[in-house]
Amino acid sequence: MKYIDEFRDGDVARKIADRLATEARGDRQYSFMEFCGGHTHAISRYGVSELLPTNVRMIHGPGCPVCVLPIGRVDMAIKLALEHDVIVCTYGDTMRVPASDSLSLTKAKARGGDIRMVYSAADALTVARDNPERQVVFFAIGFETTTPPTALAILRAQREGLKNFSVLCCHVLTPSAITHILESPEVRQYGTVPIDGFIGPAHVSIVIGAAPYEHFAEEYRKPVVIAGFEPLDVMQAILMLVRQVNDGRAHVENEFTRAVDRDGNLAAQQKVSEVFELRPSFEWRGLGEVPYSALKIRPAFAEFDAERRFDVGYKPVADNKACECGAILRGVKKPTDCKIFGTVCTPENPVGSCMVSSEGACAAHYAYGRFKDIPVVTA
Amino acid sequence: MVNLGGIRKEVSIELVPEAQVGDYVIVHVGHAIGMIDPDEAERTLALFGEMSAATGVSA
Repeated sequence: MKYIDEFRDGDVARKIADRLATEARGDRQYSFMEFCGGHTHAISRYGVSELLPTNVRMIHGPGCPVCVLPIGRVDMAIKLALEHDVIVCTYGDTMRVPASDSLSLTKAKARGGDIRMVYSAADALTVARDNPERQVVFFAIGFETTTPPTALAILRAQREGLKNFSVLCCHVLTPSAITHILESPEVRQYGTVPIDGFIGPAHVSIVIGAAPYEHFAEEYRKPVVIAGFEPLDVMQAILMLVRQVNDGRAHVENEFTRAVDRDGNLAAQQKVSEVFELRPSFEWRGLGEVPYSALKIRPAFAEFDAERRFDVGYKPVADNKACECGAILRGVKKPTDCKIFGTVCTPENPVGSCMVSSEGACAAHYAYGRFKDIPVVTA
Repeated sequence: MVNLGGIRKEVSIELVPEAQVGDYVIVHVGHAIGMIDPDEAERTLALFGEMSAATGVSA
């Protein structure tokens, strides 16, 4: 496909790898966090880490929407389906996130809950139109990329006067999560998570633009390079980060100029701010309560807010004790540091959220990297 | 209507009202969220792995 294949060329990848090997200084370590799950997936799938010099390390960030969804939020959706006889529509990955009582939306569906996988928020609206006698809730998750389509669905429901459609809003914000990581004791005090710079998200940045990251470059002196999702994009971004570190610079640079500018998609931002406002606090799996890190539906659209329409309060629930998703999402641990990785916890039977989506650090390592952990021995 | 490597799929262009037939768009959950700038794409391809003179594409 055009604009995809050219960005996956192996020969060019080796050329960038050669430059990296030349320019990365042998007398220091480089640690960069790729915030976004799309990059985590690309790095594992295309073996990007194998092409990097040994002193350049990538730390997986928390930018996988399914991974950061706390158990209590999935419980709310399950409760809607099983106790309020609501049709719950949601994205495919959300269906398998482990919840309380060994349930997930998939398992709640097996128990008789009317839970449907949709490709788009617009499809949830269609379900509502087709089932006027039933209440339909769209369980909306994701970062700034999935929020504008949810806003459009709510605006359309209002225009059409739909009385049986509402949204369980769990949309979260990228910049506040990055701030939270930079403020965390692991980064600030102990230095157990050394971060020399960030690879900025691809699709999120299409929507919000490059400007929101300038704060991190200026206030925290961390370089940010926004990169596309293809392997060459990621490698070039790492090269640009190494160059910034070598020069002692901390700027926002944009490798993904073919789709990202400084301002982002203003039409999308306008729809989002029309429908949503900031939540004072929201719990993330792994990061805990993060102030002003998520969105809720504005009072003007209260009738489309499932949290107001139904009696389903949020109750925080602790993660499985053996699961290290929390530490992995903060960059403190690697998937292989988890005792149950690949044994009890697999993509077929995930215990933690990082094993669910292909963007999750554990699922990506399980699919593409786990055999590389085993030393090859000759018989 | 978009063509995704041979698969034809209807997506919403409400978020990129300027999109025209023949443009390349980036699709996320059934919605086009942005457009590809072909000139910038060529420029990025030319940049890959070049010497450091090519850096400094500040956003």
